[in-house]
Amino acid sequence: MKCQYACGTTEHVVARRQFLGGLAAGVGGIVGGLGFMARPAAAKQLASQQKRVLVIYMAGGLSQLESWDPKPKTDTGGPFAAIPTSVPGLHVSELLPATAQQMHHLAVVRGINTHNNDHGKGSYMMLKGRRQMPGVEIPTLGAVCAKSLTDDGNGLPGHIRISPGGSGGRGNDAAYLGPKYASVSLGNGKPPQNSARPDSIAEAADQLRNGFRKKVNDHFSARRRTAETDAYTYSFEQAQQLMQQRAIFDVAQEPAADQERYGKYDFGRHCLLARRLLENGITFVQVSHSNYDTHNENFNFHLEQVGEFDRSFAALITDLADRGMLENTLVVVMSEFGRTPRINQHYGRDHWGTAWSVCLGGARIQPGAVIGKTNDNGTAVVDREVDAGHLFHTYLQAVDVDSTSSFDIGGRELPIADPAFESIGELLT
Amino acid sequence: MSPPDPKQLHVVKDFEYTSPFVSCRFDPNGRFVFAGAEDRSVQRFDLASGNRVSLEAHDSWVRAIGFSPDGTKFYTGGYDGRLIFWPAEAEKPVPDGSIEAHRGWIRSLAVSPDGQTIATAGNDHLVKLWNAADGNFIAEFAGHESHIYYVMFHPTGQFLLSGDLKGQVKQWDVSTAQAVRTFDASPLHSFNGGQGVDYGGIRSLGMSADGKHLACSGLHKATNPLGAVNEPLVVLFDWESQKTVRSHVVSGVKGILWQVVYHSQLGLVGGSGGSGGGWIVFWQPDQDKEQFKFKMPNTVRDLDLHKDGLRIATAHHDKRIRLSSMAPKAKG
Repeated sequence: MKCQYACGTTEHVVARRQFLGGLAAGVGGIVGGLGFMARPAAAKQLASQQKRVLVIYMAGGLSQLESWDPKPKTDTGGPFAAIPTSVPGLHVSELLPATAQQMHHLAVVRGINTHNNDHGKGSYMMLKGRRQMPGVEIPTLGAVCAKSLTDDGNGLPGHIRISPGGSGGRGNDAAYLGPKYASVSLGNGKPPQNSARPDSIAEAADQLRNGFRKKVNDHFSARRRTAETDAYTYSFEQAQQLMQQRAIFDVAQEPAADQERYGKYDFGRHCLLARRLLENGITFVQVSHSNYDTHNENFNFHLEQVGEFDRSFAALITDLADRGMLENTLVVVMSEFGRTPRINQHYGRDHWGTAWSVCLGGARIQPGAVIGKTNDNGTAVVDREVDAGHLFHTYLQAVDVDSTSSFDIGGRELPIADPAFESIGELLT
Repeated sequence: MSPPDPKQLHVVKDFEYTSPFVSCRFDPNGRFVFAGAEDRSVQRFDLASGNRVSLEAHDSWVRAIGFSPDGTKFYTGGYDGRLIFWPAEAEKPVPDGSIEAHRGWIRSLAVSPDGQTIATAGNDHLVKLWNAADGNFIAEFAGHESHIYYVMFHPTGQFLLSGDLKGQVKQWDVSTAQAVRTFDASPLHSFNGGQGVDYGGIRSLGMSADGKHLACSGLHKATNPLGAVNEPLVVLFDWESQKTVRSHVVSGVKGILWQVVYHSQLGLVGGSGGSGGGWIVFWQPDQDKEQFKFKMPNTVRDLDLHKDGLRIATAHHDKRIRLSSMAPKAKG
């Protein structure tokens, strides 16, 4: 479905109001009013109140048994022990010693059954809150949050993904919300592509050509403005803001002690970058950690991977809490599914969507909560079974987005989340 | 008694249990096979009668099992980091003692040729030496930069050898606890950037009877570590020059060489398990390719040679310890 918001829809009205607001603020004729971030005090105030979302995506399928729902001394438990946490009665895998001490900030949903064992479908469900349907494009959680929570005056992208590798670029994950809310990928944590002014172009020349572009653009927009031209214009203006604020993507500017504390490896740097981005007003940040698809040697690889995760994630939660950001920042640790309780002949665990866990915290999530339960050896949910749709509603309601409402897209009401599900009410404060 | 002949290899007995096995060792007197299982127990099977005794003292899997030279005591190292001392021949062995030996898993242990000391190695990157009589700590060997997968004594008892995930094998002087040399068996390790994982490691070590060769077993060609797509490999070093003299492979088989052992008459014997199934493999030092291989009914996770030189024990995922023989099948 195309985004047709430049034709009298609500979205058009909002965009026009911001356009005028930007002019009134006297920060230049920028279509879309991106001058807001030029006022640091106001930006800081916004940042302190703004709801934000951090997703840690454990690519490949984190084992719930080696993380949030250990079953030691059972036929499926594997070699690891369970350890107590800062929440009395709550135990997690011994692979999470640092995170265990932060569990009073976090909650665990242990009764997930997504009825799915496929990577692609699982990822789709967990990031979009619905099952994949042919011919239907649905925006991701990041795009929904960027649209629902980001002030359009914020010149920085509202939706950023930090991936372990790759060169970066713009995602195609906003569907009918439009490219404005699509993710900006930071390949291996590097700043957005082409966000530095080439040395071959002098600053003065750059200003001149941008001025000319704006003039021509304004002339064109005065008569032929559409959603596409808005997105095009927005991209340019956002790029300009990005170039001016490129430093916020530079994790090397964080204190050396913090870099050490988070861990001097990719995921550690990416978590520290996530903190930096959230502090600078980015609405939605997704950090991926790869890879947990451990059909072979599940225990060696979880030892390796979860060990990395634990140190960096615990440091991040500590900092978000200490800095008062956790009150407004939802944190979710998710995968596309869990892993089989049965240990295969390669010491591996396979795909398993039947009974697995997600860890989350911050914003309106009840600290220390444990929702749902699996049986003694983790092969089935025995209490409070939930699906990806329940989780999607819960994420949004945790940051005060009414997940039962709809987006008005070209006059069509499109439900923000799957109406067949509702939030996990008891998980929210 | 017939001389051992790999071509006669056949399974003579299955010792069944209720949990998959992860390790197996014969006792030096050849009466029992001891085996660690996924239920955290060690099972002792009497080879003659088949009687089974369950030994339950660890809080995790046991992949490290060793014996005093006279076979009266045995020692187990667990993924719980504990070293436990046992009487081997008691009707129902009860631990004589237990040590919190390592932070993290003990993956391997070795008993010195004179039986006086026990070396343990684990995930804390350390080798530690213990007094076998009283369990007192003797020395620590620090220098590995990744998990240590295997430890063994040089037959002279003068050196310890320990191999890690990154394929580095350190030769330690036992008397000074200092590293003497490092053997670079890095073909047994790889880092897969796409999956973000280190994989491989020294799964076992073996010294040839003449002391000329050091065998390091594991895997290579790990095109998909998370999917068990890799091939078995032995990197064979000349002990004196430290040069790689052979890269023993198992033709047409995918898997990991979990254990290699030198047979006094037959050369190097290995147990391979993985996506290509379970195999017992034999090599001669003048060829990379195996001399002979025998397919097992299930993947192999560990292997040991009986003192009679004829029998081989293998640990399997299908909840069985298999006893195979290189003697001709009994007729009738």
